[in-house]
Amino acid sequence: MLNCTSINMFALQQAQQINFSQYEHPAVMTVEAQAKYVGHIKAGLSKNLFLKDKKHRFYIVSALADTKVDLKVLSQRLGLGKGGLRMAPEEAVAEVLEVPLGSVTPFALVNESARNVSLLLDQGFKTHECCFFHPLSNDSSISIRIQDLDMFLKSVGRMVAYVDLEANPPVGKDQPPDLAALVPSDTPSLNNVLDKTAALQINGDVKSKPVAVTAAKVSKVPSGPQKEKSVSTANSSSSFADPERFIQEILEKASAIVVAESKEENIKQHGDQLGSVVSNSLRKNLSLELIHLATMFKNTAYTEGFGAGIRCPAKRL
Amino acid sequence: MSETLAGCFCLRPSASDLCFSDPFAPHKARVFHFERGITSMESENETKTLEQEQEQVVNPWEVSAKGTGKIDYDKLIDQFGCQRLDQSFVDRVFRLTSRSPHIFLRRNVFFAHRDFNEILDAYERGEKFYLYTGRGPSSEALHLGHLVPFMFTKYLQEAFKVPLVIQLTDDEKCMWKNLTVEESKRLARENAKDIIACGFDVSRTFIFSDFDYVGGAFYENMVKVAKCVTYNKVVGIFGFSGEDHIGKVSFPPIQAVPSFPSSFPHLFSGKDKLRCLIPCAIDQDPYFRMTRDVAPRLGYNKPALIESLFFPALQGETGKMSASDANSAIYVTDSKTDIKNKVNRYAFSGGQDSVENHRKYGANLEVDIPFKYLSFFLEDDEELEHIRNEYGSGRMLTGEIKKRLIDVLTELVERHRAARAAVTDEMVDAFMAVRPLPNMFN
Repeated sequence: MLNCTSINMFALQQAQQINFSQYEHPAVMTVEAQAKYVGHIKAGLSKNLFLKDKKHRFYIVSALADTKVDLKVLSQRLGLGKGGLRMAPEEAVAEVLEVPLGSVTPFALVNESARNVSLLLDQGFKTHECCFFHPLSNDSSISIRIQDLDMFLKSVGRMVAYVDLEANPPVGKDQPPDLAALVPSDTPSLNNVLDKTAALQINGDVKSKPVAVTAAKVSKVPSGPQKEKSVSTANSSSSFADPERFIQEILEKASAIVVAESKEENIKQHGDQLGSVVSNSLRKNLSLELIHLATMFKNTAYTEGFGAGIRCPAKRL
Repeated sequence: MSETLAGCFCLRPSASDLCFSDPFAPHKARVFHFERGITSMESENETKTLEQEQEQVVNPWEVSAKGTGKIDYDKLIDQFGCQRLDQSFVDRVFRLTSRSPHIFLRRNVFFAHRDFNEILDAYERGEKFYLYTGRGPSSEALHLGHLVPFMFTKYLQEAFKVPLVIQLTDDEKCMWKNLTVEESKRLARENAKDIIACGFDVSRTFIFSDFDYVGGAFYENMVKVAKCVTYNKVVGIFGFSGEDHIGKVSFPPIQAVPSFPSSFPHLFSGKDKLRCLIPCAIDQDPYFRMTRDVAPRLGYNKPALIESLFFPALQGETGKMSASDANSAIYVTDSKTDIKNKVNRYAFSGGQDSVENHRKYGANLEVDIPFKYLSFFLEDDEELEHIRNEYGSGRMLTGEIKKRLIDVLTELVERHRAARAAVTDEMVDAFMAVRPLPNMFN
């Protein structure tokens, strides 16, 4: 079934020379069902778990069907304590990954909404020539070489982390959680990707590190502050880079106060003094917040200039 | 010194948060009493060890009240020999800055100081100063108590129009909490984002991590300071022992030298007499006493200090704050529902046990956490007074004050989160770049 996301994948295949084979079948909700249709093909079947921690951060754990995944152990290894990880609610699959239920897949990370989802891949995938994943829906399966999956993910600016999911290292005061680097922070950027791949202390593949660095450079550079994903709050961060939106936000807040103060009772009470009452209310309630907004605006502008400056040093000495 | 260095990483509980921003100090239960071995550091009164052992203990690693009571701040001021920040200071700040003093000044959250009057005198004469504060990035999760010194420092920066240096002691955490170098650096950057989200002005602020910045003139000052402090003295102040690794022993100068402008040649070159003001929690006082002791010997001005109370845990001032108990604090990543639940379920109430008693006797505002938290964060003085009267007399019930607190905290946390979302890695790079700040005093 072709939809715009499948087209993306084909386009990427063209661009990146990534080969994969796609097998269509009726929608499947479990690995067993999937095995009925593609199990005969020599490729590792994957099970994909979509998880959430207490701080509303999301993770995809993609493992070989036989690999035992213990959520309690993983939770500790990520530094989330015991029981910090659970299966994400069904709505989250649609909301964050933008795929239907039963289609959790590493490929979902192409979606903007899944920007901050951390991906843990089973080290065991590397023992197979090819492995099966769903594209963005569960009515087909894609068999892809692991190296190609890597390349694909890095081309969309994603960090790739291979983990020995069955390992159970002790975590304590003197042994920090070994997977802590995989807990999502807010806004991954190019530097972040490089830092994180360099920092992984997992039983990772030494080979994959240089690939990560070069592939990440080739990938599309995540654009600067303008496109940063805003967290679920009213203040979109892009209003800090765009003067028009910035002003809109200020005017909205100010208007809200003016309207709130211009109630009938206030008019009756203050009469022609209403103007100064509203004005005082504006000052009192908005000053701090607007200063805060303006500072963020300034910081964003400065950062853009800084970024431009380091990439193209001024000729004047 | 024939002891073996068995176990380079210290096995006993020891100094973990030498750095400033941990006003939640009450949870730290370390065993060492530091006053032994200190000869006179400052000429102000310092009580003797014996008296102290029966009383409350406050130092960078242990804060505990006498018995199960509260911290006696007056006694603390006497003991440390710092000064109380009284109303005349608040008025003076108002006059000098022509703006309303920060809520933490109005509500006596920042209540003690050393030489703040000299800073103000100099400021009146037209001499500027710079601010210095910092954080030990030991974890990603910041709670409101961590933000308190940063919120205040931001106000100072705006009100006085002065530059600020922020030290992230990633090396300290690497050593004390046994993190890897990469992990501490990563945490430092993550914490930097929350710090930046407090609203610091990038054209006046330099954030640095020790791993990145130590070297050059900074290191020269470190050596100068180190030469002035004997091994016995650091043992006396910080309680090091023969089993502690040498990294810990040599760390203190790193936290001292940001008080000296020559440590930042790219910012303050030629301004060797520029004064420094350090906002911090009062448990850091002993630490900066060491710095003030050393400063004149190096020909530098002593840094001034402005000190805050400890931010109480949700369960109350005598409760134990602990990093593993997420319910003892409000985190900046908490959702609206988290805040609501935490306040409703865990915030210690000074209300009476029944509605009748409550209406009769009113609430005990001394121990009531919602009221305490409101005094930290509710901007409107009049409203707070109103609540004080209504709740104290019993006309207002606990549920109502908790609801107000939830609103205030939610607004605060959401504003922080929005600001945090706008902080990019490039912005962190900009704040941390070793660059001149041409407009830092404008």
